[in-house]
Amino acid sequence: MAFHVNTLRGTKKKNNFKFDLYTGMSIPYLLVLFLFVLLPFFFIVLYAFLNKSDSKLFLTLSNFSQFVTNENFLIAAGLSIWFAFLTTCICMVISYPVAYFTARSRPNIRSVVILLITIPMWINMLLRTLAWKQIFELIGGWMNISILGTDFAVVFGMVYVFLPFMIIPIYTSILKIDPSLYEASKDLGANSFKTFIHVTLPLSMPGIISGITMVFLPAATSLVIPKYLGDGQSRYYLIGNLIESYFIAGDNYYFGSAIAVLLSSIILLMMYFVNKMDRTIVTEAQSVSKKKKIRGNSNA
Amino acid sequence: MINKDAPLIELRNISKSYGETKVLQNVNLTINENEFVTLLGPSGCGKTTTLRILGGFESPTSGEVFFEGKDISTIPPYERSTNTVFQSYALFPHLDVYDNIAFGLRLEKIEPRKYPNVELTPKEKVRKFFKKTTSRYTEYEIKKKVDAVIKLVNLTGMEHRNVANLSGGQRQRVAIARAIVLRPKILLLDESLSALDLKLRKDMQYELKELQRSTGITFVFVTHDQEEALTMSDKIVVMKDGYIEQVGSAEEIYNEPINRYVANFIGDSNILSGKVIDSRHVEFDGEKFLMEETKFPEGAEVDVMMRPEDLDIVYPSKGKLTGTVDSIFFKGVFYEVDVILDNKRIVTIHTTDYIPVGKKVGINFDTEDITLMEIMK
Repeated sequence: MAFHVNTLRGTKKKNNFKFDLYTGMSIPYLLVLFLFVLLPFFFIVLYAFLNKSDSKLFLTLSNFSQFVTNENFLIAAGLSIWFAFLTTCICMVISYPVAYFTARSRPNIRSVVILLITIPMWINMLLRTLAWKQIFELIGGWMNISILGTDFAVVFGMVYVFLPFMIIPIYTSILKIDPSLYEASKDLGANSFKTFIHVTLPLSMPGIISGITMVFLPAATSLVIPKYLGDGQSRYYLIGNLIESYFIAGDNYYFGSAIAVLLSSIILLMMYFVNKMDRTIVTEAQSVSKKKKIRGNSNA
Repeated sequence: MINKDAPLIELRNISKSYGETKVLQNVNLTINENEFVTLLGPSGCGKTTTLRILGGFESPTSGEVFFEGKDISTIPPYERSTNTVFQSYALFPHLDVYDNIAFGLRLEKIEPRKYPNVELTPKEKVRKFFKKTTSRYTEYEIKKKVDAVIKLVNLTGMEHRNVANLSGGQRQRVAIARAIVLRPKILLLDESLSALDLKLRKDMQYELKELQRSTGITFVFVTHDQEEALTMSDKIVVMKDGYIEQVGSAEEIYNEPINRYVANFIGDSNILSGKVIDSRHVEFDGEKFLMEETKFPEGAEVDVMMRPEDLDIVYPSKGKLTGTVDSIFFKGVFYEVDVILDNKRIVTIHTTDYIPVGKKVGINFDTEDITLMEIMK
């Protein structure tokens, strides 16, 4: 969005602006952006503040108050975020070593591993989820326990589905690190562990951040996984299922929109803090400790 | 334990191969304290590999590296008293100028780096590996050291610039500062000037030499630029195809090249084949010439080298050789004149006088202008 605002502003400033082929090529994209991103977004926000009674539309905040005052809705929202958080953490712990060793291995090994990681994505997510449902039923049957309908099953399903979205950005960011930086770090006295802490980790932070974004957001609103691996239990009736029910079954677009807007706001807010944390870790960690130490020393 | 009489660095029979490719073959080299040593040669001659072996980034396939008499072949880079200025500078993009320079100081361990490395038990090794870095300096001391070195390399006021926004010359200064702030015994520079433009490169040549004098650190510099090597070095090591061809001072290498390869690599030269008559006479082009006393035995086949600037153009009657001017090029300080001798051989002469093409001339030279070289196999 910001990009287009800028280009428009740029065209205004330039007096000798000419309508050429390249500008023309951006029009379809602008159209798509407007029709399928901006317009729907506008309607969702609008619907969130509307309600209908006696076939009359009126502006209201009642959709939000209805959500905030209903304990069950709040629990669903809280659980959604909790499962998404767990999923993101587990994905991160699994992904980093995989991405690290893949990025630092030989090119032919690299392409094979990345292929293996992305292959599951070629298969429909619903099918994969249903496959896990059957596997869990089977294992549960053997061991005489119920795996389906537990937190484990839901989080497991989410980790399984979203793992590639964490691995790929981290892998890419590690791959982009100039190998001579590792040598420089060793040359300056860092062993491989310290090189990892002081060079690799901070330089792969952008990958971790985009990985978090790409896992946390879809995990928080996932629909299929809690529906099938939650085995229909009310605990796994999460925010995504809630929105679905109001749009499809309940036919209450206004309330459904309000939930979507609320969730988006919460997630946006969280992403803002994650991004801010990233900047703190990368650039300020060292200088903060530096200032502290200098102050301590000059006092003494 | 450290032998004080031993040279600072000694490479003994170093060979290195990657699979079938032999990169270094039987390299022997001694580097003394406070020397500016240049490894000179075309790309692929093994000079960078030699530097990487010194820095600990590669280990030799056979042979040993001795540091003050102690074998350090298996010691990793982070425990060596060497620091490297990389060809691409390898500055940390996530750190600013100050933090790049302070990087090594913050890591320096409580105990100063020393050889031999004390044998640790596996448990101690694990603990050392994960140990939280406790620098031997406080941040206040680090600031003093960094500020001093920033001043030394003329980067004052840029401490908190992002390294991505620096020019090539500034980046190089950061790379040098980051290495010398650790006071290494040896500074390794890998083609460090090649990315700079001509003017900046010349300035940096003098600055580097000055830096080496003022810090007393031994510099090992890798380059393919012969002029750079001549300007800066106390000792030049000319390499070819993984072998060392000749080691000597700039004057020795220039005035007494050991063979055709070295003579051609450093400066321009006229090379003729000849035969030693006796210790004061050499024969080439069918004539006998007087020269300074030679160590080559009588009757030995040799290459005779004469530098273009040592040859003088005189009247045909006064020349030891005669010929006709074939071409003349203005080179700024001098004219480069190609003369076809009577026996059709072309000789290049550098002179400050303009001589028209087609003129008959004589060529004169002194006895010490004749240099005899081994014939290359």
